[in-house]
Amino acid sequence: MITIEQLQEIKEKNQDIVNFRKEHGERGNGKYRSHVLVCAGTGCTSSGSQKIADKLEEEIKAAGLEEEVCVIRTGCHGLCALGPVMIIYPEAAFYSNMELEHVPEIVSEHLVKGNVVTKYLYQETVTEDGIISMNQTNFYKPQNRVALRNCGVINPECINEYIGTGGYQALAKVLTTMSREDVVKCITDSGLRGRGGGGFPTGKKWQFAMGGEPGVQKYVCCNADEGDPGAFMDRSVLEGDPHVVFEAMAIAGYVIGANQGYIYVRAEYPIAVDRLNIALAQAREYGVLGDNIFGTGFSFDIDLRLGAGAFVCGEETALMTSIEGNRGEPRPRPPFPAVKGLFGQPTILNNVETWANIPQIILKGADWFAGMGTEKSRGTKVFALGGKINNVGLVEIPMGTTLREVVENIGGGIPNGKKFKAAQTGGPSGGCISLENYDVPIDYDNLVSIGSMMGSGGLIVMDEDDCMVDIAKFFLEFTVDESCGKCTPCRIGTKRLLELLNKITDGKAEMEDLDRMVELCNLIKENSLCALGQTAPNPVLSTYKYFKDEYIAHVKDKKCPAGKCKNLVSYHIDAEKCIGCGLCKKNCPGDAITGEKKQPHEIDTAKCLKCGVCMTKCKKDAIYKA
Amino acid sequence: MSDERINIPYRGTPEQEKELAELIARYKGTKSPLIPVLEQAQDIFGYLPEKALKIISEELQVSLAKIYGVVTFYSFFSLYPKGKYNISVCLGTACYVKGSGQIYDKLQSALGITGGQCTEDGKFSLEACRCIGACGLAPVMTVNGEVHGRLTADMVDGILAQYE
Repeated sequence: MITIEQLQEIKEKNQDIVNFRKEHGERGNGKYRSHVLVCAGTGCTSSGSQKIADKLEEEIKAAGLEEEVCVIRTGCHGLCALGPVMIIYPEAAFYSNMELEHVPEIVSEHLVKGNVVTKYLYQETVTEDGIISMNQTNFYKPQNRVALRNCGVINPECINEYIGTGGYQALAKVLTTMSREDVVKCITDSGLRGRGGGGFPTGKKWQFAMGGEPGVQKYVCCNADEGDPGAFMDRSVLEGDPHVVFEAMAIAGYVIGANQGYIYVRAEYPIAVDRLNIALAQAREYGVLGDNIFGTGFSFDIDLRLGAGAFVCGEETALMTSIEGNRGEPRPRPPFPAVKGLFGQPTILNNVETWANIPQIILKGADWFAGMGTEKSRGTKVFALGGKINNVGLVEIPMGTTLREVVENIGGGIPNGKKFKAAQTGGPSGGCISLENYDVPIDYDNLVSIGSMMGSGGLIVMDEDDCMVDIAKFFLEFTVDESCGKCTPCRIGTKRLLELLNKITDGKAEMEDLDRMVELCNLIKENSLCALGQTAPNPVLSTYKYFKDEYIAHVKDKKCPAGKCKNLVSYHIDAEKCIGCGLCKKNCPGDAITGEKKQPHEIDTAKCLKCGVCMTKCKKDAIYKA
Repeated sequence: MSDERINIPYRGTPEQEKELAELIARYKGTKSPLIPVLEQAQDIFGYLPEKALKIISEELQVSLAKIYGVVTFYSFFSLYPKGKYNISVCLGTACYVKGSGQIYDKLQSALGITGGQCTEDGKFSLEACRCIGACGLAPVMTVNGEVHGRLTADMVDGILAQYE
């Protein structure tokens, strides 16, 4: 067990190392003259960043620099579209789209001779006046990283680096100088609301769980069962900064009087699980988790539980049922978990991003946090930008930023000169934001009032080629798949709703079906047991609200305006434009195209998979959809 | 258990059974051990054979009916073996809007199986998953965990050929 004095010593020893990793960072007493930070988050790992890091180490050793230059595998930097990415300090040179072949040149030129290899940099950082830091680019400039502050900066497998950034100081402050009431007041005053979906005030949640008789067993849980397909901020925090979650959970344990925490994390996140296990072992070794933390008499430990792929387990009562070893079915509330939660005991549950804000709020104060964002949604929010957008990745922006800013400035716009059509937030529980709400400040309440919700923060951008009925159907397929089956409105209602949508996209629906669809949506909404069912119709209702014409076109004209719904579209070759080059025929995955060389080709509509590959390959624009 | 895919002869080795026994011993008497035990048993065998479930049932004193209920509830668990190469296509939202549905269709027609099945020679199995988090590379699929990104339908045959 370390004491608070020892914690300060470790901080002082390591703060120079982490402080070096910023623009104009001072080396201080740090050992290495250069730090190479390679992103080892899931996105960059998938594009080969581990091999890049290995190669760097090999080349650095060969150049005899291993005592001068260190390679750090960090969490996510956010700009996943350009992965693998890496940053070299002190120059703050941001290399993107790294390839193994680039490594020797970067080592010999940059690390040995000190010449930044500009051709491999993220080109937005290259200006006529030299290179600028990534924080000056459109993608990073509007961001304010609070929950993600250590992601991409520290080595997540090294507790000393976390302590160097001020880690575990908030826990020390709470345990030695603050009463339980002080902490709750601070969190309440900060205005922090749950980042996992509904946006319930965190301070209030904690307060509910404070009461009860002394000595009652209580629990603190972390929801890391990130179910929204396309949202990956929780995973990125766990991969890039696991200790922040432990620290925050221990603080909550102190407040409500719990000595045990559980982190429920998706088994599909192997890197996150590994890093959590490593971090957990280090935290126990240092005694920042375990018995008698900092000698204050407060004890708190954490166990991991792996989720086994059930979306409904993101719902709090289902999650707890799953930790108990059962099918993860939700149960009615009340009683709320603060009264009767895990193993029947009072429990608080927050999601990863919520936890990641807590230590900073304790250290910097409620006013600092409340100074960001909008009146009812304080602070920042992390969004996972995905879909038809250039800068796919993770961004943390103040609440109240508009969708236009996110898409056009931070996101770098839509690829291939296409037009913005809608953005989907809140995953299968959320809805679409259309062009008419492009300038609405994004916060909890505004999103709800325009028929969507914050959810965990997935933000999928769609362009003119996306069919909104098809998107609604996509989410419904998901909910039907993931409905746990416990209550009838959700189990049967979503299934019938999907059948209606299939009827529409098959061109077999009548106008009355649209009324039936809305009626059924409202029934499911009002009668389902848990949030999964209550919100399942949202994607349908919101697309119907903003894109009614598109639904009507499917029903009345039997046409899919975006050309996406397979049964309402067919591909043809314009015989006058076709020069018979054979490119379409060669690339057709369904062998549906026939024709002699230099003669107009033809598509066999019976064999056609409607994948559209031929259209993208044709150089003469001879292929069209009808 | 009437699913015919489950009637595959049990091929567990004594080493695997020993591992299972050790695993159960580690968790016996702990709080709610069932799901962690199932997860790690699946690591040992590659899937959850009926025999292993029976052992778990006896050792942990949990009825086979309850275990079956839990196993079939969670998509992570599999009651039948997967192919030598298990292909998983991401049908998360970000991949879907970038056309992963077409990749999935193409794989089904190229392999002659539907999602959730295994080819007759045991070489490939196919499944859909929801977001592996590599949204920057969308659309993506994984083959035994190896990620293939920025896919188009015409790349599928070439990728399958790598695993012949």
